[in-house]
Parts: sequence; structure tokens; C-alpha cells
Amino acid sequence: MNEQLQSLEAIHDIKRMMERSSRFISLSGLSGVGAGICALVGAALAWPYIYSGKEVSMYPETSLIMALDNDPATVFTLWLFWIALGTLIAAVLVAFLFTWRKSKQQHQKVWDATARRMTINLAIPLLAGAVLLLKLIMLSQVALLAPTTLIFYGLALVNASKYTLGEIRYLGYCQLLLGFINLWLPDAGLYFWATGFGLMHIFYGLYMWKKYDSKQD
Amino acid sequence: MASYLNNLNKVFDSRIRLGIMSALMVNESVSFNTLKEMLDVSDGNLASHIKALEENKIIKVNKGFIGKKTNTTYQVSKVGEKAFKLHLEALEALIRSTK
Repeated sequence: MNEQLQSLEAIHDIKRMMERSSRFISLSGLSGVGAGICALVGAALAWPYIYSGKEVSMYPETSLIMALDNDPATVFTLWLFWIALGTLIAAVLVAFLFTWRKSKQQHQKVWDATARRMTINLAIPLLAGAVLLLKLIMLSQVALLAPTTLIFYGLALVNASKYTLGEIRYLGYCQLLLGFINLWLPDAGLYFWATGFGLMHIFYGLYMWKKYDSKQD
Repeated sequence: MASYLNNLNKVFDSRIRLGIMSALMVNESVSFNTLKEMLDVSDGNLASHIKALEENKIIKVNKGFIGKKTNTTYQVSKVGEKAFKLHLEALEALIRSTK
């Protein structure tokens, strides 16, 4: 009987070590909540430019579509571009801070082999999506921007889920689904985007935080 | 005595060695320092267990450098992989047999 208990314990140890050495487990649920709030703020700032006709360009006289065709750098004169960039930077920063804090609490390095592997697997679909977005902007296909970001972000999450907390995969499926529906409801792009990057992040973040982190705080 | 007990390998009869093997089974190669952090053991303790595994040809050692600092990494050998899998099966059989 004693031998049996020892064997069980040994197998438990083995499973734990395999998890710990192959997955980045310091990812904090609060990172998701923080990034989600940033996304909602960004979406709220962008709303008047998209749905109530606020002038999108810093130089109102230019015809946007022609200007973009002639000179892609025109994108830098758009308020929406700076809102998007600001939202992205804020979200990544907030997400990083909470995860960094969690790894400190667990006395683990935040940038170890598992973190690198997760980041690379997250980055590949994201970079592919970014290239496609660039081309879509140059072609003035603005209705496709929101579904494209949702779909590629979803793919990135599914891809990275093998290297961090596995539940991320389902968040990825949700983003993919939202992106697909958005393809057929192009006018509602910002709402889908706010649901995917805002609400879904917050829901998932809270769920993950409850499941993994709240006991330690 | 049941035959599976013969497969319980004395080489893996330690929590630290099981830990080393677990990490090596799911990673192509793992450095000394990473193992040390994961297992939370002293240099000397880890080194002695690694040496035992190495002498039994369970793991392979690659000595490399990052700049001027030595960076030794470890990989599981073919023999080691087979032995570890047999060991796990024996552990499972042992649990099942007494259920």
C-alpha cells in the first residue's frame, strides 16, 4: 500500500515538472482584465470618429482614400491611428506589469525559456496579421480591419496556448468566432472589436484570476 | 513477483532524478541553471544526480559557452527515454495492481 502511495506521488511530481518546464505559468489573469479595460477605453475614444462623423484626419481638407493610395504615410495624420497605437502600447504594458508581478510573487524569472517560447508562438500569427492589415489599410479596406485583427489574434492565442495556461485556447476560439461573424456585419466592426479585445479579455481574465491567482494574493 | 516490478528502475529512485527526467522529456535540452531553479536544489546536489544519470547513459551532456560563461545543457538519450517510459509504465502498473 505504501508503495502505491509513493508511486502516485512520483507520477504527480513528474506531471508537475513537465508542466512547469514546458509552459509559461506566470501569466496573470489580471493582465487580461487590464488589457481589456485599455481596449474598452480605446474603443470609446475611437467611437465618435467611426460612428458619428467626427473628422478622422488632422488635416480635414485631404481626401483620405486618395491620399492613402498615393502616400501610405498619410496614416500618421489620422487620429484613429494614434488611438490604436496608444491602446496597443497601454494594453501590452499593463498586461506585462501584472504578469511580471505574478512571476515575482512565484519567485520565477519572467523571461525564461517558457516565456520565450510562448512569445514566439504568439508573435508569428500576429506579425502575419500585421502585414495583412498594412496591405488592407493601403487598399482602404477599413471594414476588414476589425475582423482581421480578431481572427489573427484568435489564431495567435490558439497557437500560444500549448505553451502557457491551456484555457487561452478557448479565448482564441471566441476571438475567431467574433471575427468570422464580423466579416458579414462589417459596419459593426468597432463593437465586435470592443467585445473581443475588451469584454472577452475582462471575462477571461477574471475567470483565470479566480482559478489560479486569487488564492495567492 | 509480478514482472512489472523488474521495470522499476533504480536509477530513477529519487525525486530530483525524476524531476530532471520530467523536464528533459518535454524539452529538447535544458541548462544546468534552469534545472537548478526548477528543482530548487543546491549546485552540488544537482550535479551528483546528473552525474549518476550521465554515468548510466540516461542523459547526454553538451558543454557550451555563452560569451565567456560556460553553459552546460542536458538532453535525454534514446536509452534514457526508453528506460524512463518503462519506469513510468511500471509505476502505473503498480498503482493499478493494488486498486
